[in-house]
Amino acid sequence: MTEDSIVEVRGLNHWFGTGDARKQAMFDIDLTLERGSFTVLMGPSGSGKTTLLTLVGCLRAVQEGSVRLLGHELHGAGAAELTSLRQRLGFIFQAHNLHESLTASQNVIMGVQVRPGVPDALAEAAAARALDLVGLSDRMDYLPANLSGGQKQRVAVARALVGNPALVLADEPTAALDKDSAAEVVDLLKRMGATRGTTTLLVTHDNRILDRADRILTLEDGRIVKREGAQGR
Amino acid sequence: MTRLLQRLMGRLPIGWLQLTHKRGRFAAALAGVAFANVLVFVQLGLMNSLAAATLKPYEFFQADIMISASDANALAEGGNVARQWLLQALADPDVVEGMGLFVGNVPWDRGGNSISFTTFGIDPSQPGFVAQGVSDGLHLLEVQDAVILDRLARGLPVEEAAGIRPQTPLRFEAQDRTLSAMGTFVGGGGFGGDGFMLTSDQTFLSLFPSRSSAAPDHILLRLRPGAEVAATVTRLRALISDQSLRIRSYEDAALEDLTYQQTQRPTGVIFGFGVLIGVLVGLVIVYQVLSADVADHLREYATFKAMGYGPRFFLGIVLEEALVLGLFGFVPGVLIGAGILALMGAVTTLPLGMTPDMAVTVFVGTVVFSALSGVIATRRLAAADPADLF
Repeated sequence: MTEDSIVEVRGLNHWFGTGDARKQAMFDIDLTLERGSFTVLMGPSGSGKTTLLTLVGCLRAVQEGSVRLLGHELHGAGAAELTSLRQRLGFIFQAHNLHESLTASQNVIMGVQVRPGVPDALAEAAAARALDLVGLSDRMDYLPANLSGGQKQRVAVARALVGNPALVLADEPTAALDKDSAAEVVDLLKRMGATRGTTTLLVTHDNRILDRADRILTLEDGRIVKREGAQGR
Repeated sequence: MTRLLQRLMGRLPIGWLQLTHKRGRFAAALAGVAFANVLVFVQLGLMNSLAAATLKPYEFFQADIMISASDANALAEGGNVARQWLLQALADPDVVEGMGLFVGNVPWDRGGNSISFTTFGIDPSQPGFVAQGVSDGLHLLEVQDAVILDRLARGLPVEEAAGIRPQTPLRFEAQDRTLSAMGTFVGGGGFGGDGFMLTSDQTFLSLFPSRSSAAPDHILLRLRPGAEVAATVTRLRALISDQSLRIRSYEDAALEDLTYQQTQRPTGVIFGFGVLIGVLVGLVIVYQVLSADVADHLREYATFKAMGYGPRFFLGIVLEEALVLGLFGFVPGVLIGAGILALMGAVTTLPLGMTPDMAVTVFVGTVVFSALSGVIATRRLAAADPADLF
């Protein structure tokens, strides 16, 4: 693993189910994500994109092969270590998954307070900056119910970025957005890569954003069948 | 409130925000907790009332040791004791005084309503056995058919009781005799009678011709100052040959009576079950509210899990909700409970009312059981799998 690589996947295999129903979903995946890179993961439904995202994001246990994340081997890692590593990641979901009873600002604060010992004032200031970054500084005290779909997704982006994560894992973050909003979100992630070195792994079917990717990986039936872009593996 | 909780907890009060987000549901949940509190308060009030009513007559007398028949589980229950054991007990060097205590029930038919007096027959020449406040005018009992009445007796009009004086006695018919109430004392209605009445042992025997002066219901003993009650009880058990008799300190006799009333008599058992049911209802209500709340927010919790929040964080949220429900449900619960107990006390003249002990007990119980419900409800959090979010 080089100093600049955030994620290194080697010989990754993964199965779902048990006994006769056991089915292999990932086949011998090799992948490296460099610091600050913007990688798009494409492929038809059921090709294994989401499974790969959840394995790299410490949301599933690695069964076979190696996944090194931020220098930590995930194969055989305990629940506490996985939880701790997740605190250094940013997640953006297709559905914004904002907490309905928290304001935009409070939702973003949750992205900071996951790390123990952060003072309230610091968390609030960071949340304000993050919301400003996504152009929602005038919606800080709004509940999700009073925000548009695009605004909610931008709050979710702010929540993912507020903790200055090393890696952002995004699943169809632009699916519910119009063209301009989608472009804004992707540009923001790209900008974070350039200025803060944030690495992004983004699953999408959205052809509108492909031209902004450093690298495009195509998965089919659990295998990477096509690699396009600057980096090798 | 959010700010205050945030300062106290060092994080956003998510439980509080979740509960107050849907105000209608929050109000319904608080009403449920308050209802459970009221149930517990009423049953506890009745239990306390049973205890107070049981111990009340023991306060009328001053004794160190009480000798009763083997089946005398309560002051007004069981067989009698041969007076000869009183004389035998006086042989002990520490026993300075003994008195037979007669107990019976005297109904006073007032033409339409009847007042049932738990009546004590005592020797008026031994005022040392009678407590201050009751002993006033004790010498008047030496007159045949004179009685001292409980002025708080259920069914006895206040103005009628207030008019009772040695100079203006209240005369009434009971047990085919004309009794003269020469004075009053403070007792109160209980579960076994409407009030109390004090007479001389001679008058008592006139009211109950089948009873014998040689066989009182209990024997009360007073010891010389500084004598050890427990040691004297042990000596008396050896001294008195009738081993079936219950010889115990006066204090123990009262407590045994109380235990009997609370655990053996139907009323005590029913009140005890009432408290249990109230607690269970509260537990179920809080569990249902929290469980439904967890189910409603599984997706958000899964998101927090994905972000790196650990099990303690989620337990903290659910416990926070449990405490909010417990605290905010307690306030209306204690107010309504106090009102209902006061009303019941006024109607029944039972010693019913909210006491600080009760309020503190129910408050602590509410918080503890709410927290327990919260801990049980967190089991549903296992269903919040962040991998399912993608």
